[in-house]
Amino acid sequence: MSVLVDSSSRVLIQGITGREGGFHTEQMRAFGTNVVAGVSPGKGGLDANGIPIFDTVADAVAATGANVSGIFVPPPFAADAIMESAASGIPLSVCITEGIPIHDMIRARAFVQRCGTRLLGPNCPGLVTPGQCKVGIIPNHINIPGPVGIVGRSGTLTYEVIQGLGQAGMGQTSSVGIGGDPVLGLSFSDVLALFADDAQTRAVVMIGEIGGSDEERGADFIRTSGFDKPVVAFISGRTAPPGKRMGHAGAIISGNTGTAQSKIDALTAAGAAIADTIEDVVRLVAGRL
Amino acid sequence: MKLLEYQAKQQFAAAGIPIPQGRLARTPAEAGAAARELGRVAVKAQVPVGGRGKAGGIAVVDTPEEAEREATRILAMDIGGYPVRGVWCETGLDIGAEFYLGITLDRDRRQLAVIFSAAGGIEIEKVAEDAPEKIATLWPDPFAGPQPYEIRQMAFAALAHAPQLRADAARLATQVVGLTEKLYSVAVSLDALTCEINPLVLTPDGSFIAADGKLEVDENAHYRHADLAAQLATDATGDDGRTGDDAYEVEAQRRGLTYVHLDGNIGCIGNGAGLVMNTLDLVKQQGGEPADFLDVGGGASAEKVRASLEMVLLDPAVQGVFINIFGGITRGDEVARGVIAARDELHITKPLVVRMTGTREEEGRALLSAAGITPAASATEAAAKIVALTRDQS
Repeated sequence: MSVLVDSSSRVLIQGITGREGGFHTEQMRAFGTNVVAGVSPGKGGLDANGIPIFDTVADAVAATGANVSGIFVPPPFAADAIMESAASGIPLSVCITEGIPIHDMIRARAFVQRCGTRLLGPNCPGLVTPGQCKVGIIPNHINIPGPVGIVGRSGTLTYEVIQGLGQAGMGQTSSVGIGGDPVLGLSFSDVLALFADDAQTRAVVMIGEIGGSDEERGADFIRTSGFDKPVVAFISGRTAPPGKRMGHAGAIISGNTGTAQSKIDALTAAGAAIADTIEDVVRLVAGRL
Repeated sequence: MKLLEYQAKQQFAAAGIPIPQGRLARTPAEAGAAARELGRVAVKAQVPVGGRGKAGGIAVVDTPEEAEREATRILAMDIGGYPVRGVWCETGLDIGAEFYLGITLDRDRRQLAVIFSAAGGIEIEKVAEDAPEKIATLWPDPFAGPQPYEIRQMAFAALAHAPQLRADAARLATQVVGLTEKLYSVAVSLDALTCEINPLVLTPDGSFIAADGKLEVDENAHYRHADLAAQLATDATGDDGRTGDDAYEVEAQRRGLTYVHLDGNIGCIGNGAGLVMNTLDLVKQQGGEPADFLDVGGGASAEKVRASLEMVLLDPAVQGVFINIFGGITRGDEVARGVIAARDELHITKPLVVRMTGTREEEGRALLSAAGITPAASATEAAAKIVALTRDQS
């Protein structure tokens, strides 16, 4: 079992002819992802290493039955790409692009909601179900199947946790990166809800960071929804000064909101075990499986 | 990008929001001329931070001579670290009542919020804490924008808490509809994350006027507003070249690096925002103080690693550097080559500790060891090591 993607996923790549899109499409194929189509306006009819390219997402869906889209389109055009994917009825769009204007994202997110589809990201590493499907840029070699669900904001810290757990013999059902932007599609609570319903997931790791209050909302969800799987949480940015944007557009403490302590307190109150280091995450998960 | 008050007001005025008459003065003589033209004026320091009044950066003057004298004083000030490069001289207002009208990003709802309150003139965060019932909020549909009926709802809700204005509520609500529509158009056209009028002054003759202005433009949308950025840079820079922004951060931006300057003595470099934040946390856990946050991003080349080390070492407070790399797309051998090149070409003698894992970690470690740089096995161990090495030095 898994969440969001599995071996039946038929993946389309928007921006397949770009440098990042092209490179990561090949990485995804090497992983075993079934990449069925690419979209690049004006390049319809061509192919990318054998993958048919279409001018529009609608054409690609009609011809290939794609049901997941990975978006590697540059920031000025990415919100439009998200809306195109949602309007074409693709149930899950995964947007890797970093640096999309926030007003564009506010509209794109509202649009996706109206279409009744799902968006992961933007500014996220994507997601992986080991042994079945990867959409995004998570390194291939670190993922092994197992009973842990991972949901994280930061890409590299998610990789660290995947690798740390893997080296200790603990694999994942799915690892999901929700992204570092202030306006995101799926939130911690959304992904926690998916893991709650996934019978194979026996423990969940949450990797949060300063900024906003998505971690607090995730904690509320754990507390109020009867979430009965152990949660290990890790929060980065404990020492970040207020008012400074720490790399991610969303990683900023504004006034009293978004501090690491507020997130740690909320998660502790929800019964999550708080890890101080990645080594701690591994140790705490091992003790809960 | 935070606009100066007068720039925000010019944007408001262009959208049809009334503002007091004013002139920008970059010299005391210009301030004197403005007072001669406008009469009694407020001379207001133009800096992109709050608390100007408390710092003494605002003065109300009656004569051109007084305007020159106050402008001389204010133009010599630094407020919140920002040198005052200009003063905005504007006509004084007769104040009937003070309101707040603002548009901001509501992160929890992932959309814009329009906020209106009859308790203006003080920080809205303070009102939210002390008397949340006095704040009325509207979350407009991102495609349709705020509709007149919902703005009226918001206005009446806020005015219900201002009994002295109740008789006039219907007329005021109608005016708020127009103002909100205009302010919203400014916020959307400028990609504003904050766009606020505080105070929004109601004059005794019953009209609204924007007495202050705050406008922050989304960094991700800067490419759509190059003109504003250029104007801001011109306004912020004086003969000494200082802008008030952290000099290292300005330099890093020029070099295209994601860097935040901090107060400590241990340089921190890593790949990925979360990982670098965690690197800082680890240094602090081991009793050290991070000097910066530098994210080399994904797939960094040897050249980028070299440039990053060079950047971090510009700060003379840095006594050693911790490089923390998770190799996904980023390759260990590439990072190692960058570190070695930087050390040899820049003649770095300060301690360097490298923690490297993931893609081509073996090759990377071998290169480092051969060059006399010991790679650390874990991030925690590396943090302890750099803290110990820099402590020995100081």
